[in-house]
Amino acid sequence: MDFFLQLLIQGLSVGCLYAIAALGFVMIFKSSSILNFAHGELLAIGAYIFLVLSVWLNLPIYLAFIITFIGSFLLGFVIERFFLRPMIGEALIEVIMLTVGLAAMFKGLLLFIFSGNTYVYPNFLPAGFNIKIGNISISPVYTATFLITILFLIIFGLFFKYSSQGIYMRSVADSQVAALSLGVNVRRVFALSWAIASLVCAMSGIVLGILNGINVHDLSKMGLKVFPVVILGGLESIGGAIIGGLIIGVIETLVSGYFSTSLRDVVAYVVLVIILMIKPYGLFGLVEIERV
Amino acid sequence: MRLRLRPCGNYKETYMEELTIFETDFGRLWTLVGIALLFLVIPFIFDQYGLYVLNHVGIYAIAAVGLNILIGFTGQISLGHGAFFGVGAYTAAILMTRLGVSFVPAIIAGGIMTAVIGLVFGIPSSRLKHLYLTISTLAGQFILEYIFVHWKSLTGGTEGIILPKSTILGYALKTDRAFYYVIFICFVLFLWIAKNIIRTRYGRAFIAIRDNDQAAEGMGIPIFKYKLLSFAISSFYAGFAGALWAAYVGSITPEPFTFGLSIEFIAMIIIGGLGSITGSVFGATFITLINELLSQLAAYLMNLKGLAGVAMTIAPLREFFFGLIIVLFLIFEPRGIAEVWRIVKSSFRLWPFSY
Repeated sequence: MDFFLQLLIQGLSVGCLYAIAALGFVMIFKSSSILNFAHGELLAIGAYIFLVLSVWLNLPIYLAFIITFIGSFLLGFVIERFFLRPMIGEALIEVIMLTVGLAAMFKGLLLFIFSGNTYVYPNFLPAGFNIKIGNISISPVYTATFLITILFLIIFGLFFKYSSQGIYMRSVADSQVAALSLGVNVRRVFALSWAIASLVCAMSGIVLGILNGINVHDLSKMGLKVFPVVILGGLESIGGAIIGGLIIGVIETLVSGYFSTSLRDVVAYVVLVIILMIKPYGLFGLVEIERV
Repeated sequence: MRLRLRPCGNYKETYMEELTIFETDFGRLWTLVGIALLFLVIPFIFDQYGLYVLNHVGIYAIAAVGLNILIGFTGQISLGHGAFFGVGAYTAAILMTRLGVSFVPAIIAGGIMTAVIGLVFGIPSSRLKHLYLTISTLAGQFILEYIFVHWKSLTGGTEGIILPKSTILGYALKTDRAFYYVIFICFVLFLWIAKNIIRTRYGRAFIAIRDNDQAAEGMGIPIFKYKLLSFAISSFYAGFAGALWAAYVGSITPEPFTFGLSIEFIAMIIIGGLGSITGSVFGATFITLINELLSQLAAYLMNLKGLAGVAMTIAPLREFFFGLIIVLFLIFEPRGIAEVWRIVKSSFRLWPFSY
């Protein structure tokens, strides 16, 4: 039982990471219906900017945070303006391939600059984050992750529900044509949602970097891990992404604890296929009712 | 019989005329000339390395044509074709090493086995559409990859399988040139089949499903059946190509059949032109040559004195350029090389009044 609890808590922590990695992804999907295969690379770019600022340039942590966020916000704008905007109105597969191409470009550049080494951040989390439940201890990074995830969930929930930009984004996601005819500036919404998503990715990238070290290959793999997580929760749902992340995290650690560690990488996809067969739009996804 | 030349407008009167492959007799002539060049001239003017590259082009073109039937004509996106290619390769390898099956039945079995696997991974298409289906094929890719690596008793794990020499009717395929003939005979045959599948009721049903699946169902097309059929045909092509590749290369490991290969196949058909059979061939040629060129360039820099260190650091730029080419094509010519080819052809025809 103790072993099970240990695995459960470990799984929930890993799940938090998946959830936080998935946030930026859902953000882009929700506003522009684009499946972003360059997600892992966006995580990596954020993590590397922070690394350069905080370790190589020795800036204070809070300043490094702020500059990273501004930088990745601008990066999102640039990506949208130069690469995604020409693709408005093109077929699904072409937009998907565009993000795949972007992923290859970013990955190539990052490998060129930083090579495949693993870097680490200095430890800057307060020691009070180390929590002990019974004889199971949770490392501070997981506590921080958990808090950040909850914080973002609340901010996003409020943003999409009450702010006018958030409502524009939802309207564009619902129907671009209808939003346009009601005077929503669709291009600005796209640009803004890429910028915000890129900012969220940077934050997730930093958190992942604190935990596992910063490595281009690992982070871009994380970008693919996001797919089962978001599909499980339903592509349109941020809450779904978080629950999907927790479920996948728990299943992964349980399977690797009780059966075999090598199954760990594939079990998420098996679960995904099974769930999709039962509930085709994920657990909390929008069920599309189609009429001819 | 009168020679058919290109008319100055659309004078078609029957559906048979609309469906014809060669609009003019010159088209037929050029195709015959092309086939003659392919089999009588090209194998003798290229050296071993040239033939090696061409053989890869041929194999990838077969797989790309199959993938184009699924994505370009039926509109179902598959991210699992890299693994399907691997299923064909492993089936052929296992049959040839364990059961001593000879070359021809082994590659055909490779295709059939992959078609069955493709059917299994096509089943979610009964309920899933668009992005959800795309992701379920992505899941298929990772599940198959896992099986290649971890079902050690069958696939040999990461060590892989070494294949025996292939023979056809007692004639051993030792040289690249011998394989060139085998690969390009298959290539022509599969291209011919694909071109004709698209003209039949099956092909028209595929296109109807791509354009609007609900309308297609309303017209009485059983869409699930045709989607599965499209998955099966397309995976057969991929598996057959994989089996040929395994026999040609002579040893296989799980390494090549990754998600990256799936992406490369999709890049081929997008750069070549979605919904164009000839386009897939252009795309396969383009991507294979680019890959070969970039790795040759890296190797060349590696050999230069004093530049070896630089070459090591610019090796990742290969991936960068690969991505850049895809992105540039998508932004500036989303309809691919097939469209460029069409424009070039028609500007010759319309000269000097091209617009």
